[in-house]
Amino acid sequence: MAVFEALLELADDHLILGHRLSEWCGHAPMLEEDLAMPNMGLDLIGTARTLYDQAGKLEGKGRSEDDLAYLRGEREYRNCLLVERPNEDFAHTMLRQLYFAAFMRPYWLAALTSTDEVVRGVAGKAEKEMAYHIRHAGEWVIRLGDGTAESAARMRDAVEGLHIYVDELFESSDAAQEAEAAGILPVRADMRAAWDRTVADVFAEALLEQPSAAYAQRGGRQGIHNETLGHLLAEMQVVHRAYPGARW
Amino acid sequence: MYSQGLIGADNRTEETPEFLARFQKRIDAEEKIEPKDEMPEGYRRTLVRQIGQHAHSEIVGMLPEGNWITRAPSLRRKAALLAKVQDEGGHGLYLYSAAETLGVSREEMTEELLSGKAKYSSIFNYPTLSWADMGTIGWLVDGAAIMNQIPLCRCSFGPYARAMIRVCKEESFHQRQGYEIVMTLAQGTPEQKAMAQDSLNRWWWPSLMMFGPHDADSQHSDQSMAWKIKRFTNDELRQKFIDATVPQAEYLGLTIPDPDLKWNEDKGGYDHGPIDWDEFWRVVKGHGPMAKDRIKARKKAWDDGAWVREAALAHAEKRRARKIAAE
Amino acid sequence: MTATTPLWEVFIRPRNGLAHKHVGSLHASDEVMALQAARDVYTRRGEGNSIWVVPSAAITASDPDQTAENFEPTADKIYRHPTFYEIPDEVGHM
Repeated sequence: MAVFEALLELADDHLILGHRLSEWCGHAPMLEEDLAMPNMGLDLIGTARTLYDQAGKLEGKGRSEDDLAYLRGEREYRNCLLVERPNEDFAHTMLRQLYFAAFMRPYWLAALTSTDEVVRGVAGKAEKEMAYHIRHAGEWVIRLGDGTAESAARMRDAVEGLHIYVDELFESSDAAQEAEAAGILPVRADMRAAWDRTVADVFAEALLEQPSAAYAQRGGRQGIHNETLGHLLAEMQVVHRAYPGARW
Repeated sequence: MYSQGLIGADNRTEETPEFLARFQKRIDAEEKIEPKDEMPEGYRRTLVRQIGQHAHSEIVGMLPEGNWITRAPSLRRKAALLAKVQDEGGHGLYLYSAAETLGVSREEMTEELLSGKAKYSSIFNYPTLSWADMGTIGWLVDGAAIMNQIPLCRCSFGPYARAMIRVCKEESFHQRQGYEIVMTLAQGTPEQKAMAQDSLNRWWWPSLMMFGPHDADSQHSDQSMAWKIKRFTNDELRQKFIDATVPQAEYLGLTIPDPDLKWNEDKGGYDHGPIDWDEFWRVVKGHGPMAKDRIKARKKAWDDGAWVREAALAHAEKRRARKIAAE
Repeated sequence: MTATTPLWEVFIRPRNGLAHKHVGSLHASDEVMALQAARDVYTRRGEGNSIWVVPSAAITASDPDQTAENFEPTADKIYRHPTFYEIPDEVGHM
């Protein structure tokens, strides 16, 4: 059961962030980004699907990926708060992507030696995807941070706004700790050094500074979210829930 | 996808008869015309306009389907729809690039779209009101577009033809994913089937209108045909579409909302009821139900993105300066 | 007038052993973003394993008005082609 919950946390992170990126489709600052953001979104949704599928199998109650994605409410969702943060503007979106990918890259690299075959499979695919997300989001953070006065101000705003959601990435729930102890998932706290390095390298070029320690927000892993997640889920689940039992 | 019969092209051209004859000889010999080749001004203008309209249609076309990405009822459908709408952005990009070879920039074309000067396919000025519309758009609208686009792969203008080959190759999955959605609904619960029928009722006639006015009323068709920018007439393509689609609807057990639709043995095709051309022209002239919203959404994306594009250019300038200083 | 983001030409090598081939163009502020955009726009279906991007402005093209003088003089130099020479069948493939 612990492994089921731990996989669910990971899957929720990927689905919610993928969903956020998909909200941009057709509204990006330039056409090239209308292609880049869905690419990242599709990576994330793809990973979420594999993880939900595996979680459902481990649970053994016959729940499918869609049952898990569409029929849990906000108190049952286990994603971290960072990924549910609204898109706000392109600066927030790229920084959120950088923060998440800078965590997930070393995480999936470590998961390549997982004792679980499915996790190893996901890791092999996802670590490459995350490497590209770091590059793409990182290059944008650099351009916006060291671009115009307006873009720099927006980038600083994003840093200020998202800073408080970073620490939660490195914290393991009870379920995650069990999965970590069994060698199925990597220890989240171990990713800190790599994350710091990745972000510091980008920030140095972007002329950005990490704010000093702030009171970190947490609660996603216990289903205590911000107010935004409920709206996201209401939208995401409305059709599926309006026709119980229907096939799509 | 989504080209519509060209609206309001200006084919007038003022070259000498000798020049025009020489050009026509190349066209008749199926030679491709490349951007820097000499060409009649009317040919160039028609292409800029048509490729521009086509590109705008792809970009505006992202909006009605984008409206449902966040509500797709399964993860499989969500991924497929996101990939499809993304493809449309890509197709817009390829087409803008093709038009840019004729010396008009993407920025200029975008400004024409946002000011209302440039047209795009009217079909996107109808609203998407249910999940079934994602299926119907793929099935009918992409289906109609494919009819238009396959001949465009042989268009006389090289960059346009090359862009269309790429578009058609990528698009092969679009109509199939749409039909699969409608099929799942048609074979689903009574409510789902009703949703599919309602969607077909709303999209059938606008899809037929995508081919443009009847040949007799299409002023610029002849010149475009002669220049091989266009290879079939509006009515020919519309007929092909109807003949292909009716059996597909029958397979689904859905009813095409045209009481006059019937097989005509003599012509080996279906006859259809009268198209409401008043509605067609109303929508073409910008009075479609979603016309204002579509342009507003594109304008917002463009305006909201200005600071991002400016920042990227400013950063590139700084990098250049730093590189020079370091040398 | 909006500032224009530069245009780039994209070349992709479908697989090792083949040459990079022109596939289209795109807009990007600099070469790093141009490469990423090329990856995101032109390789979504496994189209290749290597990308070149070149500023469109950096391309020097032959003048279409000189097409005749450039390329027609080669037409009568048929002795450059192997089929110009008669080799008896008995000699075999050469």
